[in-house]
Amino acid sequence: MTEPLVVANNLSKKFGDFQAVDDIDFEIAPGEAFGFLGPNGAGKTSTMKMIASISPVTSGHLRVFGLDPKTHGAAIRARLGVVPQEDNLDTELTVEENLFIYGRYFDLPRQEIRDRIDQLLDFAQLSDRKKSKVDPLSGGMKRRLTIARGLINRPDLVILDEPTTGLDPQARHLLWDRLYRLKREGATLVITTHYMDEAEQLCDRLVIMDKGKIVGAGSPQRLIQEHSTREVVELRFPAGEQDAVVDRLEGIGKRVEPLPDRVLLYADEADDALEEVHRRGLAPEMTLARRSTLEDVFLHLTGRTLVE
Amino acid sequence: MSSATMRVIEANARMYRQTWRGSIVSSFAVPIFTLLAMGGGLGRLVDAGGQTGLGSYLGFVAPALLAATAMMTAVGESTYPVLAGIKWTKSYHAALATPVAPADLANGLVGFLGIRVLFNLLVYAGLMVLMNAMDLIPALTAVLPAALTGLAFATPVMAWAASLDDDRALASFFRFVVMPLFLFSGTFYPVTQLPEWVQPLVWLSPLFHGIELSRGAAGVAGSPALPWWLHLAVLLALFGVGLVLALRSFTKRLWT
Repeated sequence: MTEPLVVANNLSKKFGDFQAVDDIDFEIAPGEAFGFLGPNGAGKTSTMKMIASISPVTSGHLRVFGLDPKTHGAAIRARLGVVPQEDNLDTELTVEENLFIYGRYFDLPRQEIRDRIDQLLDFAQLSDRKKSKVDPLSGGMKRRLTIARGLINRPDLVILDEPTTGLDPQARHLLWDRLYRLKREGATLVITTHYMDEAEQLCDRLVIMDKGKIVGAGSPQRLIQEHSTREVVELRFPAGEQDAVVDRLEGIGKRVEPLPDRVLLYADEADDALEEVHRRGLAPEMTLARRSTLEDVFLHLTGRTLVE
Repeated sequence: MSSATMRVIEANARMYRQTWRGSIVSSFAVPIFTLLAMGGGLGRLVDAGGQTGLGSYLGFVAPALLAATAMMTAVGESTYPVLAGIKWTKSYHAALATPVAPADLANGLVGFLGIRVLFNLLVYAGLMVLMNAMDLIPALTAVLPAALTGLAFATPVMAWAASLDDDRALASFFRFVVMPLFLFSGTFYPVTQLPEWVQPLVWLSPLFHGIELSRGAAGVAGSPALPWWLHLAVLLALFGVGLVLALRSFTKRLWT
């Protein structure tokens, strides 16, 4: 078996008294797209920063490319591509200069950087903006440029922190498309996200984090199989009536989960569950039958929804 | 100097090449206006009065203006841009996701700042020569102590700026620290003109030491109360201690 690129055992991170990451274990294999899914404040970014060797480990064991970030930070960072949550491009410089300067930080030869810039701008669909200043670019373009910048050194591992947060749906899909392409080319991706659809779309394997801990791990399909049913029925009742009817839903499907604005029925066959709802004489205002998602897994594991 | 430090200097030079036009006014116009006003305007008045024992007033002020300009440039570059790199544009965080470490970053910023101050001073000194404020050789020899003055301010100020949460303190710093230093460090008159009890206070001003050293290097008589090596020692100590503090401050702030 190939050596994992990242190995973490009992990894913890504290800021003063605040335990941001609490004793977690994971491994990331070459070529996989590995996700950290969890709400804001779950400890995903802190974990990423430790892997990126830009934040010291408080306790536990962490190896990236077999190296200790404490003693070999620069050597690790030389092989990483980091795409931070907030674009930190130099807005006064042009697209091209941003990439060039970044390439020089990696000590790449100047001609090599120039060649690489053209390839990366092509990849990021920004070739026609090569000479533009960064400031007027759209949010999606800046994001793609930040990703292109993170690839300047042909990294062995690309770390993407909340890659599509703040983007409109069209820009998100374009970005996903670029990330698929990277994945197809064999890149190892580490992605944090609080969007379950993003995690499902992009990640081969993921861990679900909550309050600094890993509460679930596996492929998206496997997590859904383990922690949820195949299908879910969402029921909305008229305002004020939900509390009175929840008891009458007991026993339908495998689990009933009342949320503030709706009730979820977890069942392997949504149609059967709906039939039973109607048979019991209940008349929800709205019903929706759907597949289980990672959102349901998260709800089951933590009792909370992902985006609150 | 590490290779990562050199790359930070190179990156800053490339950024400056794109943005220097914006800073040209503050870099040169203000010092030139000061020279014209003080040398041409005030200087004529002073020289007409005679009996100052200073030679020409313009010649007296010119080397001090080199040191004062170095201070202004260095303080300007060590405050807002540092806070911007850490908090606003977060460009420092971008650099630190590469093999560059916080200490390389701080060293590189100081290195580039030194080059920039030196370059500004050379241009300024050249203009002074053209305006007959100084002869060529004294102008060139005064540039080095003036540049050291800039660096002696840059490192401690950078260390402080890197620890700030916002820029509120900076405006007060310019108003209540930098401006008084500019006015009371003997830039425009020998400090012996000040009341005797004030003079030891002036010795606490790093700019005073920079000015005395720059005047000495230009062969202009200043306030000869203290030996040149003491001025030099004060500036070097400030630079050195400031650099250690800046490295520490950058690491503490950016390596969390």
